[in-house]
Amino acid sequence: MNKQFNQFRFWAIGLATSWLALFVLVPSLMVLVTSFLTRDADFLIQYKFSLEGWKSVFDPTFIALLWDSLSMSMITAVICLAIAYPFVMCLMSLPKRWRGIVLFLLIVPFWTNSLVRIYAIQFLLGKKGLINEALQFIGLIDKPLDMLYSQFAVIFGLSYILLPFMILPIYSSMERLDFKLLDAAKDLGASASQRLMRITLPLTLPGIIAGCLMVVLPAMGMFFVADLLGGSKHALLGNVIKNQFIQTRDWPFGAALSILMILLLSFMLWLYYRATKMSNREGGINDSNF
Amino acid sequence: MTGCQPLLQLSGVSKTYADNTVLDALDLTIYDGEFLTLLGPSGCGKTTVLRIIAGFEKEDQGQVMLDEKDISILKAEHRPVNTVFQSYALFPHMTVYDNIAFGLIMHKVPKAEINDRVLEALRMVRLESFAQRKPHQLSGGQQQRVAIARAVVNRPRLLLLDESLSALDYKLRQEMQIELKRLQRQLNITFVYVTHDQEEALSMSDRIVVLNKGKVQQIGTPREIYETPVNLFVARFIGEINQFDGHVVRRIDEKHVEVVAEGADWVVQTDYPFVANDKVHVLLRPEDVRLTKPELASNTVHIEGHIHECNYKGKTLDSYIRLSTGTNVIASEFFDEDDPDFDYRLGQKVALQWITGWEVVLPYEQTI
Repeated sequence: MNKQFNQFRFWAIGLATSWLALFVLVPSLMVLVTSFLTRDADFLIQYKFSLEGWKSVFDPTFIALLWDSLSMSMITAVICLAIAYPFVMCLMSLPKRWRGIVLFLLIVPFWTNSLVRIYAIQFLLGKKGLINEALQFIGLIDKPLDMLYSQFAVIFGLSYILLPFMILPIYSSMERLDFKLLDAAKDLGASASQRLMRITLPLTLPGIIAGCLMVVLPAMGMFFVADLLGGSKHALLGNVIKNQFIQTRDWPFGAALSILMILLLSFMLWLYYRATKMSNREGGINDSNF
Repeated sequence: MTGCQPLLQLSGVSKTYADNTVLDALDLTIYDGEFLTLLGPSGCGKTTVLRIIAGFEKEDQGQVMLDEKDISILKAEHRPVNTVFQSYALFPHMTVYDNIAFGLIMHKVPKAEINDRVLEALRMVRLESFAQRKPHQLSGGQQQRVAIARAVVNRPRLLLLDESLSALDYKLRQEMQIELKRLQRQLNITFVYVTHDQEEALSMSDRIVVLNKGKVQQIGTPREIYETPVNLFVARFIGEINQFDGHVVRRIDEKHVEVVAEGADWVVQTDYPFVANDKVHVLLRPEDVRLTKPELASNTVHIEGHIHECNYKGKTLDSYIRLSTGTNVIASEFFDEDDPDFDYRLGQKVALQWITGWEVVLPYEQTI
C-alpha cells in the first residue's frame, strides 16, 4: 500500500517535473543561449558567441517601441480598472445569488476563441463597420471615422479581451472586505467618498494590483490583437518578438527580447508578491462576525 | 448616575423585513447618563433598535428624537452617536492610533487636539504603549478596548455597544464588565448595551429593557426585573424560575390571597386584584426554595417530593426535585459550613416550602 503510494508519487511528480523540464526549462535555456549567439542568414544562427542580439535591445528605436508597448498595456490596465472597480462595487450591492449569475454571464463570451472575437471587433470598428454605419445613419458624422488600425483600436481590443482578468481579482478582494468596517467608518463620520478612499480602496489594493498585473502582462504579448487591429504601426512587445523570429530572422535579437520580457514579467510578479504579502500581514482579516 | 433628562426617545418605532416584523411600535426613553441594557433572545429586535439609533437602518414607522430633535432624517455619519461593534470592526490597515484618530479626522478636529484626545483615550483604556500596533497584533480584550476608545474619543451623546463582550472568554468578559462600568462613570456618557446574557445585564445596568418579538416586555432596574417580573417570559428569561400553576381560593386582605397549587393551600402576596377562581402562576426562584425533612414540616404548609438529581455548583448545591404531582422543581442552596450532613441522597423524600412574599404571582398566561 505504502510502497504503491510512493510509486504513484514518484511517477506523478516525476512526470510533471520532466514535462516542465523538457518543454519549459530546456527551451528557455535554449532561448537564453540563442540570445548570445551570432545571427546567420542561411542557418538562422551560428554557434559563435556574440552580444549583437543584446546590443539591439538597447537601440533607441527599439526602446521607443518597448515604451510604446508598455504604455499601451498600461493604458489598457487603467481603462480596465476604471470599468472594473465601479462594476464590482455595483455587483457587491446585488444579492449573493445574483452576483454569481452576473459573473457567469461575464465569462461566457470568453469561451469563444479570442482570435474570433478580435475579428468581430475588426468588423465593428472598420470603415464600413457597425459603429460607423450607425453614426452615419443617425447623422452624427458625414464620413466614416478612422478607428481601425490605430492605437485606439489596439487598446480597445486589449481592454475588451482582458477586462475579466481585472474584474475577477478585484471581486475576490472586495468579497473578502468586511462590510462592518464600512458601517464603522460611517459611524465615525466618514462620508461615502471618504469611506471609499480610506477603507475600501486600501483594503482592496491587493486585488487592484493583481488585476493590473493580470492585464499588463498578457497585454504585452498579445501580438494578434496588434496585428489585426493596429496594422503595422502599433506593435506590442509580442509582435516585435514574433517578427524577429518569423520575418526579420534575427533569432539572437528575438531571443534577447524574450529573455527581457520574462525578466520584466518576473519583476512585476515579484512586486505583486511583495504587495500581497505586505497587505496580508497588515490587513488581518476579520472573520469574527457571527 | 441616572439623570432625569430624557436623551433619546423612540416612539412607535416599527421595522419589518419582508414579512418579518422585527420591531412592533416600540416606545423607549433613554435618560441622560444612564447605563441601559437591551436584553432579549436572539431575534428579539435588540440589535435592530441599536442600528436604528445609530442610523444604519431606517425605521418604517415612528420617530427617533435625540435631545428633543428628530434625527430620523440624519445619516449615520452625522449623528452624535457612536457604536462599539460586536466584531470590533477595527480598521486592519491602520494602527491603533490611526483607528482612534479616524473619527476626529473625519470631523475635522484640529491636528494638535486630535493628538491630545487620542492619547487621552489610549490612557483611558490603558493601551498607551500599543499606539503603533496593528489590530491583528492585539489580543481580543485589547482589540475590544481599542474599539471602545475609538468610539468614546468622539465624545458621543450616546454610546451603543452591540454584544460587545460576547467574543471574549469568561474571565476577560468579567474584567471588561467592570472596566465598562468604570468608563461609563468616568465619562458620564449614556451607554446603551445590547446583550442576550442576562447575568451581564443584571450586573452592569442601571435599567434593563427586556425585549421579545419586537415588543418591550418590561423596563426596570435589574432588581425589579429579577424580583418582580411582569410576565412569564421575563420571569423565565432572567435567571431560573420554578413555576406552579394554580388558582385563587379567596382573598385574605389587600395584599394576600389564598392559592391552591400543587395540591397545597398557600398564602401568597400579590398586588394584582385577583378574585376567587382566577387562574394564576406562582413563581419561585431556586434560591428562595427551602427544603426540609418532611417530619419537620408536618405542621406547616408544604409540598413533598423526591430528589432525583443533585448538582454541585461550587458555591451552591442545586437539587432537582420531582413533586408528587409530577412537576419538576430546582432548589439552589448555599452550603452551610456548620452542617457536615448537608447533602441529599438521590430518591430522598423532602418537603418544599418558601417564605411568603418571596414568590411572584402572575395572572395565568396561555403558554406552551
